[in-house]
Amino acid sequence: MRACARHVLLIAAVAVLAPGPAAAAVRIVTTTEDLGSLAREVGGDKVTVVALAKGYQDPHFVEPKPSFILEVSRADLLVVVGRQLEIGWLSPLITSSRNARIQVGANGYLDASANVRILEIPTGQITRAMGDVHPQGNPHYWLDPANGRRIAQAIKDKLTQLSPNDRAYFDQRYADFDKRLAAAETRWGATMAPYMGRKLVTYHRSWPNFMERFGLNVIGYVEPKPGIPPTTAHTVQLIDEMKAQNVKLIVMEPYFALRTSQAITSQIGGQVLVLAPSVGGNEEASDYIQLFEYNVSTLAAALKQTTTE
Amino acid sequence: MPLATSASGQSVFNPDTSVITNFESAAGRNTLSDQPSLSLSEVEVAFQSVIDPYARADLFLAATPEGLEVEEGYVTFTSLPAGLLLKAGKMREQFGKVNTMHTHILPWADRPIVSQNLVGGEEGLADSGMSISRLVPNGFMFLDAIGEVYSGDSDVFQSDRRSRLSYLGRLRGYRDLTEGTNLDLGVSYARGPSADFPDLTRQLTGLDATFRYRPLRRAIYRQFVGRTELVWSRQDVPAGAEQRAFGFYGSADYQFARRWFVGVRGERSGRVLDSELHDSGVSLSLTFRPSEFSLVRGQYRRTEYAEDETANEFLFQLNFSIGAHGAHPF
Repeated sequence: MRACARHVLLIAAVAVLAPGPAAAAVRIVTTTEDLGSLAREVGGDKVTVVALAKGYQDPHFVEPKPSFILEVSRADLLVVVGRQLEIGWLSPLITSSRNARIQVGANGYLDASANVRILEIPTGQITRAMGDVHPQGNPHYWLDPANGRRIAQAIKDKLTQLSPNDRAYFDQRYADFDKRLAAAETRWGATMAPYMGRKLVTYHRSWPNFMERFGLNVIGYVEPKPGIPPTTAHTVQLIDEMKAQNVKLIVMEPYFALRTSQAITSQIGGQVLVLAPSVGGNEEASDYIQLFEYNVSTLAAALKQTTTE
Repeated sequence: MPLATSASGQSVFNPDTSVITNFESAAGRNTLSDQPSLSLSEVEVAFQSVIDPYARADLFLAATPEGLEVEEGYVTFTSLPAGLLLKAGKMREQFGKVNTMHTHILPWADRPIVSQNLVGGEEGLADSGMSISRLVPNGFMFLDAIGEVYSGDSDVFQSDRRSRLSYLGRLRGYRDLTEGTNLDLGVSYARGPSADFPDLTRQLTGLDATFRYRPLRRAIYRQFVGRTELVWSRQDVPAGAEQRAFGFYGSADYQFARRWFVGVRGERSGRVLDSELHDSGVSLSLTFRPSEFSLVRGQYRRTEYAEDETANEFLFQLNFSIGAHGAHPF
């Protein structure tokens, strides 16, 4: 009897004093694959990450499908780009999610745009006669590695808040990512340095942060106004402008139709460059650093090729 | 980034406000319709905002030639436990798909005959009540179980005392088939005191299916939506056999360019109080969207009424919105 009781006490003591099971992974849902990639860099194996919008689809026009409601309903943390990028589709997902943790303003809601560098904040009167304007500035801000660093830091701080025991782990993951990103930035800067000040045209007004970072000038857009499809009059004007300034390149995303851009470049002897607007925008852009590897190397090669003959 | 504030700082809490205007025109002879040649048929004013960390409010006022009324006005409790979603207020009941659609979301310039004949006409089935829903966990699909209770004050159900309510149950399933295609299925059942004979019961059963195709890489240029709803109505009548009516529509809408859509709809419906009478119709439509905030639509509609009248009409619709850019549920 006594031996039995002693055994029971021993087992009970072990059960109480032994370390508990590892804390469940933080379930992160992000709106874009860029935020998803940065969340994976910082969170490592302490997080699971699901990105709702694919890198090759226009992030303004995602459909709020019920399958996304299911993902958001299970999330511990929802990370959004903000600046009204998701204004057309995110709100019904949050409302129907039945998830108090990730409601706007709750602990599990992170707007990644809080501390980043935002360009093109409109001043003066803003109306939709200007096209699909973003009153809080250009939301494609993740296309600057410096902003990627700021987003990663915000995610690290939020993860530390949600999972304080893993602070050291997240700090180390962030430091490692920071180091790799800094080394890559030096390389990209060197690759793009010969082309500083070069001019080009983009399809949509979605590359200002990228272009500012690498010192390139966007002199026009294929869209006459944001969100308005190309018109004959504007296209003719753009061709004239590109000829006058000897601009040979049009940069665009994979989710726009090639036709007008190709028509323009055939007129001027130029080149259409489909870059990756986001992680997952093509096969090569498999994570945040690879996104810039692809875009920088592709753009540099095209700029070299179209250097004034 | 601080948002702009007024001197008192309160305007940052102003609700998202939008005004959506619908202007209609009808040409062609239809002796059974009172739709005028030209009309500002509806102005919808929406106020939408978070109330506090627990709930949000959505209010929609609709002004029509008949007057101004609350089309919908409800609070949604977003932070309830046990995966529950609770709404309370005046709502368009979740019977099928078309019944919950506001005018500006419809893919047609009109509502299908089955909606007109069996599910409350232009106003639809809308009433004051409460709606509770819960996601049914399973590994296969999104499955939402919805239960609603209403006071009985609509064009379909009319209650003459507090104890007689109208009820609705709905089960909605959704599944992605591929990254660009999906299927949405639902079954609905509504029951309550009949608007025609308040002592007697009216029952509505509905099946709905929606198939969508929208390739992600070309999502702004191409999509296809196939929709169908079937509705069975059962109406007790005094001193007579139960009247059963059936109606359905099937429609296909295809986006063939960035701003252009073409659609076709076929339909047929009986009438609530007379099982022998049927109306049927076919429509073709073409829609141009200058931007997300406006649309211009032309629709040819041929209707064969039970009274041996055939109407060939051309409908024109102009719909435009100003104000906050709200997002619609899927």
